Amino acid sequence: MSDDVRTAAPPPSESETGWVEAALADFAPMIEDGHDFESVTGKIADIVLVEPKKTPRGWILGFAIAFLILQVFFLSAGYLLVKGTGIWGLNIPVAWGFAIINFVWWIGIGHAGTLISAILFLFNQDWRMSISRFAEAMTLFAVACAGMFPLLHLGRPWLFYWLFPYPASMGTWPQFRSPLVWDVFAVSTYATVSLVFWYTGLIPDVASLRDRAKHRAAKVFYGMLALGWRGSATHWHRYQLAYMLLAGLSTPLVLSVHSIVSLDFAVSVVPGWHTTIFPPYFVAGAIYAGFAMVLTIMIPVRKFYKLKDFLTERHLDNMAKVMLVSGLIVAYGYAMELFFGWYSGDTYERAMLLNRLGGPYGWSYWLLILCNVAVPQLLWFKKYRTRTLPLWIICQFISVGMWLERFVIVVVSLHRSFEPGAWGFYHGTKWDWGLYIGTMGLFLTLLFVFMRLLPMIAMFEMRELVHKKKHPGGHG
Amino acid sequence: MSDHAPAAPAAFGMLAEFADEEALVRAAAAARASGYTCMDAYTPIPVEGLYEALGRRRSKLPWMVLGAGIIGGSLGYYLQYWISVIDYPLNVGGRPYHSIPSFIPVTFEMTILFSALTAVIGMIMLNGLPRPHHPIFNAPSFAGASTDKLFLCIEAEDPHYDAEAVRAFLADQDAVEVQEVMDDA
Repeated sequence: MSDDVRTAAPPPSESETGWVEAALADFAPMIEDGHDFESVTGKIADIVLVEPKKTPRGWILGFAIAFLILQVFFLSAGYLLVKGTGIWGLNIPVAWGFAIINFVWWIGIGHAGTLISAILFLFNQDWRMSISRFAEAMTLFAVACAGMFPLLHLGRPWLFYWLFPYPASMGTWPQFRSPLVWDVFAVSTYATVSLVFWYTGLIPDVASLRDRAKHRAAKVFYGMLALGWRGSATHWHRYQLAYMLLAGLSTPLVLSVHSIVSLDFAVSVVPGWHTTIFPPYFVAGAIYAGFAMVLTIMIPVRKFYKLKDFLTERHLDNMAKVMLVSGLIVAYGYAMELFFGWYSGDTYERAMLLNRLGGPYGWSYWLLILCNVAVPQLLWFKKYRTRTLPLWIICQFISVGMWLERFVIVVVSLHRSFEPGAWGFYHGTKWDWGLYIGTMGLFLTLLFVFMRLLPMIAMFEMRELVHKKKHPGGHG
Repeated sequence: MSDHAPAAPAAFGMLAEFADEEALVRAAAAARASGYTCMDAYTPIPVEGLYEALGRRRSKLPWMVLGAGIIGGSLGYYLQYWISVIDYPLNVGGRPYHSIPSFIPVTFEMTILFSALTAVIGMIMLNGLPRPHHPIFNAPSFAGASTDKLFLCIEAEDPHYDAEAVRAFLADQDAVEVQEVMDDA
């Protein structure tokens, strides 16, 4: 195309750009009308700065239940340390059971937080602002829960440092051609970066809490966390640079973590594991499960703390759309697994497929398809995306479905691999279930403590949102 | 500091509050045009154009992060090379000791780890934090800077600092309120 053709194109006229505004007007707002800096800061800060005696009853009840479930974790982990991994249902041929299923399930859930805070940040999606803090906290706690499983599966968890390259007196070193060692680096880096990213986001907010706190203990506590943040233009300049860089670094990180987790499987030769589609399909599944968990928790919290002004229908709608898209990618992954298995022409791959669809664990595959592929198709309809109860129920289906997906991958592939003489069965014992349910207690306990002590919505970003709403075109 | 009498508590600077972001950016630009250099603005949200109006140069933080990333990645790769090829060569399924593709994930993670930690720690250190106390907190209304108040402070260290002239200058810039902030004794 020559230059004069391009320059001949007229600039877009008023009527041509007007459709953008018209299209945007159809969406629910990201923050309801009538808010200013003081009201958004106050509303979020007051949840945290309420006097201990006036802590809402609902919080106390929720925390008590979570704390009770946490005891199941301590019991299961404690008995495991006394007796060893023999109390679990693991054996040959299924030597990877609940521990790896739950590890992958939790770490996948965590990925939504990084997606919201990093990837959507890079894409300038302002709707992420009111959910990012909460989702990042969820990431951290989910990674903590995930970490429990490989650690406890070690058998002697107190020797966990053997996983890292350190000059051991035994003269040995990790074997870097193994994806399990990559996993150690990926997950520990992910946990560290998620923690500092979350803390960086918190600094201006704890400074606000420091300045608003009435009680001396609260002033000191938040003062320490704020590091003396003054909100100076110089501070903000470096802060924004650091935040942008962290977002840019977290984006490939989060994609790498679940890709590496998937390589734990894909690098092996087990039929059902040895597939090139695993990394992208695991990442999509992680986003899928993660958004389901964000909504699972956010829907009740939004109602209880009356945060509907900040967490509007727009947020529910957008998150549901992300779930729909990632769910379709996951469904494509399921279809491709079937296709690859058939097209490979390999006896063992085909046997694995037939066993997956119609073997003794066939029920788990069809239940998975129901939960992850069939039910979420309701999200095509707006009423299921914006009405809280149906959306919440769909999220539960997805959470169960994503757990089943890992069950199908881990257990069903292993229980009948190559040699019929080595076939066997697997089921989780009560201790397997106890530890799994126990980590939910750990997750919820941490989440309740977080909601009580730290602002669950980024206050400074909400102020920015108010500012943008006032000056929609930006400053000239 | 040495310009001031040591006995009386010295002034830290003149603090002016502004009604909106535009007025603050205008005032910062005007102060710079009038030759003031030692000043800073304090806002509850990052204000676009403010840093530039104060005449500061872009931070070197991104370069530090780049450097840290290169160091982290190189260290990560060399660690694996040294262990797998030099110190503890182990035949694993007949793969070469120097298995380049297998070394990429750890190299990548170390790159990210080093650069992310440098971004955060570098931001905190360059900002002179942690510093729990600062003279600017002596201003009674400054607590509002983390909620909804916008301030510009021309500091006493500035060579052109003259309390009355600065006060008059800031009042001219449509400041809502101008107050002198004392330094810590």
